[in-house]
Amino acid sequence: MKAIRSIFLLLALFLPGFLLSGQETEAEVNFSEVIFSHIGDSYRWHIADFGNKHVELYLPVIVRSKTTGWHLFSSKKLEDGEYQGFRFGSADGPYAGKIVEQGVGGAETRPLDISITKNVLALFFSSGLLLLLILLTARWYKRHDVYKEAPTGLAAFMEPIVMMIDEVARENIGEEDYARYSPYLCMAFLWIILNNLLGVVPLFPFGANLTGNIAITMTLALFTFSIVNFTGRKEYYKEMFLPDVPLFLKPVLPVIEVFSALMKPVSLTVRLFANMLAGHIMILCIVCVIFVVAKMGPALFGSMTVVSVIFGIFLDFLEFLVSFIQAYVFTILSSIYIGIARAKE
Amino acid sequence: MSLITPDGGLLFWMVLIFGIVFFILAKWGFPVITGMVRKRTAHIQDSLKMARDAENRLGNLAQEQARMIEEARAEQTRILKEAAASRDLLIEEAKAQARDEASRLLEKAKTEIAAEKESAMRDIRKQVALLSVGITEKVLRKDLSETDPQLELLRKLSDEIAAKGLDRNLRN
Repeated sequence: MKAIRSIFLLLALFLPGFLLSGQETEAEVNFSEVIFSHIGDSYRWHIADFGNKHVELYLPVIVRSKTTGWHLFSSKKLEDGEYQGFRFGSADGPYAGKIVEQGVGGAETRPLDISITKNVLALFFSSGLLLLLILLTARWYKRHDVYKEAPTGLAAFMEPIVMMIDEVARENIGEEDYARYSPYLCMAFLWIILNNLLGVVPLFPFGANLTGNIAITMTLALFTFSIVNFTGRKEYYKEMFLPDVPLFLKPVLPVIEVFSALMKPVSLTVRLFANMLAGHIMILCIVCVIFVVAKMGPALFGSMTVVSVIFGIFLDFLEFLVSFIQAYVFTILSSIYIGIARAKE
Repeated sequence: MSLITPDGGLLFWMVLIFGIVFFILAKWGFPVITGMVRKRTAHIQDSLKMARDAENRLGNLAQEQARMIEEARAEQTRILKEAAASRDLLIEEAKAQARDEASRLLEKAKTEIAAEKESAMRDIRKQVALLSVGITEKVLRKDLSETDPQLELLRKLSDEIAAKGLDRNLRN
């Protein structure tokens, strides 16, 4: 009871601030644009607003034009329109929000674009963090005698997580060669869960919607797909292309098998992507409710703010759970697919 | 930006970074951790097994100890029994020997007594003879006239002497 009362008090403390900002926001807010700008990629990283001052990080643009070669410049240069022949694609064109080049005849063409966007920067941060976490843990094991000391600190925290995935690998791939695949599964699990969790943290340099981006989940799924299909035993391919079935099924089954093998990474991609994206959109929608009701009178505004904050907290916990579940599901499915490819029958 | 169209630039960076991080961690990260933990698990299992073995051995040891104590006790009773038997035998032998010795001594004493008696008798007889010779001498030296009272006295004297000598001899 005491905790609940203090939460309400805390919310009441913030109410005037919301009211004030609600009064200030005179212009119509396009909520779908707000939400999509939060979950999408961007050439700049919007950190915070202090009054009317936007604190933004302009990220480097790296593009290669077919005609003029490589270009490297800050995305701030594009704020005023064209720079070195590049500009943002028009809102109604196929490349809205992306950097385009004015081609011959007025058509927009996409240059080869490997800019350090918001997602790429977040990728750097989270990957660096993962690298640090694991290498520090590994360093503990190198510097201490495991026969004499129990792990402490970071190692004590990371060990059960790593060993849980190691156990998943052992169960699904088999005693013989699970040790070969365990690093990949650990990597996939930790990378996904780390980015899932960091995606929920709304502060710079986190909060990028990495695992809710299809390019990211597709890459992960393609890693799994490559490992499954390039390291499978010959029994796996025999089962796929020359199954032991009646003659009339022989030409049909390989088609189905190949299709199913191709669908596995697609399902991995879409499952993780859709789950994380949906979670982000839900939280953003709940937060947007505050701004939607801002004009509907102080009573409704105040009560809905409380409701949406409580609901937002609940959704954050839900996201926390989903972060783990999705990372675990991806890892388990990957290990099962690898296990199938490594089965001896 | 479209949500369901993968972006080429991000794809490129993701493959690159994920690949590099994976390479580094697969070489110097996860195998170190899992290897060490597996080693430790194996060590713990070995230690537990060893502890169990030691416990078993300790149990066997206690059993062995009890068995040895039992054996020692049996040996003890056996030795004691043997000692008692040999003691009895020795005593028995000693007794028999003593009995033999005693009877031998008795026999010897008896023969010696007999011999002593014989020599005493012989002595007496010699004394009696000497006495009788002396008496006869004294009588003869005296008056041989009164025959009958003289003879009577002689007989009495010789009887007395014989009785006295025999008495002394026996007393000796």
